[in-house]
Amino acid sequence: MRITFWGTRGSIAAPGPETLRYGGNTSCVELRINERHVVILDAGTGIRRLGQALPDTIERVDILLTHLHMDHIQGMGFFPYLRMPHLEVTLWGPASATMTLAERLARYMSPPLFPVRLRDLSVRLREVPGAEFDLPGLKVTSDYIVHPGPTVGYRIEGPFGVVTYMPDHEPALGVRDFPLAPEWTSGHDLACEADVLIHDSQYTHAEYANRVGWGHSTMRQMVAFAKLCRVKHLVPFHFDPARTDDDLDASIAAAVAHEKPEFPVTPAAEGASIDLGN
Amino acid sequence: MAQHAIELILFRQLAEYLSIPVFLVDPAGDLLFYNEPAERILGLRFEETGEMPAAEWSARFKPTAPDGSPAESESLPLVKALTTGRPAVGRLGIVGADGIRRSIEVAAWPMIGHGSRNLGAVAMFWETEA
Repeated sequence: MRITFWGTRGSIAAPGPETLRYGGNTSCVELRINERHVVILDAGTGIRRLGQALPDTIERVDILLTHLHMDHIQGMGFFPYLRMPHLEVTLWGPASATMTLAERLARYMSPPLFPVRLRDLSVRLREVPGAEFDLPGLKVTSDYIVHPGPTVGYRIEGPFGVVTYMPDHEPALGVRDFPLAPEWTSGHDLACEADVLIHDSQYTHAEYANRVGWGHSTMRQMVAFAKLCRVKHLVPFHFDPARTDDDLDASIAAAVAHEKPEFPVTPAAEGASIDLGN
Repeated sequence: MAQHAIELILFRQLAEYLSIPVFLVDPAGDLLFYNEPAERILGLRFEETGEMPAAEWSARFKPTAPDGSPAESESLPLVKALTTGRPAVGRLGIVGADGIRRSIEVAAWPMIGHGSRNLGAVAMFWETEA
């Protein structure tokens, strides 16, 4: 199974010479299960290029949305597979306390924000979280995690191992001495012993003091969370749009030096891939 | 131990900052957490006990009727909130783990989470004049 990063940025797209190495597109990760089936984690602006890169052999597309903030859905309308009725395309995402997933998505996928209506797309909608669900050859678990508004993380298990995806996550919110015990830590069970954890790394330690409650982690918190969960490989993700490539290298190196993890830490770079279980 | 629901995690984190006593139980009535202000009334630090089955905490923290007579469990606001799914208030006495009897007023409500999941109940209480 191959993981490919098509958008690694958080909040808003940040193209430019200072973000060339890690990329400027917003959240989108491809899990190429096989030549017929692709699982896509979030539909930020990165999904546009993914749509151009998928092979003609694809028959099934499952898009797992963590939440409906704009940086995670903005690319939907530019993903051609949502207009291919001969394919099996499913969008998974959270409802709110009072609105269905369809109602929530339609707020964006309708005029005046977007010319195409959700109902005109060839896509099935499925709400999460709920019971674990199966995709061909995969078991998917979703659960709420700490981030403003209904937001889930995903744990995808298959013969290749376990991939956990939490692009927007503030497990340290309100915790005086992070991390607490596993049972009191948001996202722990989703990430526990994952082979690859793709996790929010929006802020530096110094920036966090003025951003508590915004729903994101510092790089130190991310590494500490990954240690608590005993993951095998940590992939920092959802970079602040103001973070240049050089800033990012320095900030993550500082967090790693502080936390001293025993697992590799590889920041997600747009266009880069990780092979798992091959 | 499995991770608790996010609503419980967030509520505990809020409770740790509150100056009012908070007592949180799961759907079975088993104790999940109480905060520092509650420790003073219950006579025991949470860190010394951790999570406890309902039978254990109700033996350690003995609720009574306001006059000190034995309390019917179904009359307790926390139990009412758990069993009826509705908020409940009441006055009662409680003998803490330190052996001291105190009078308290309790407001309890069910913790109904996202998707109408029953996550337990919470009691907030105040010490009052006997």
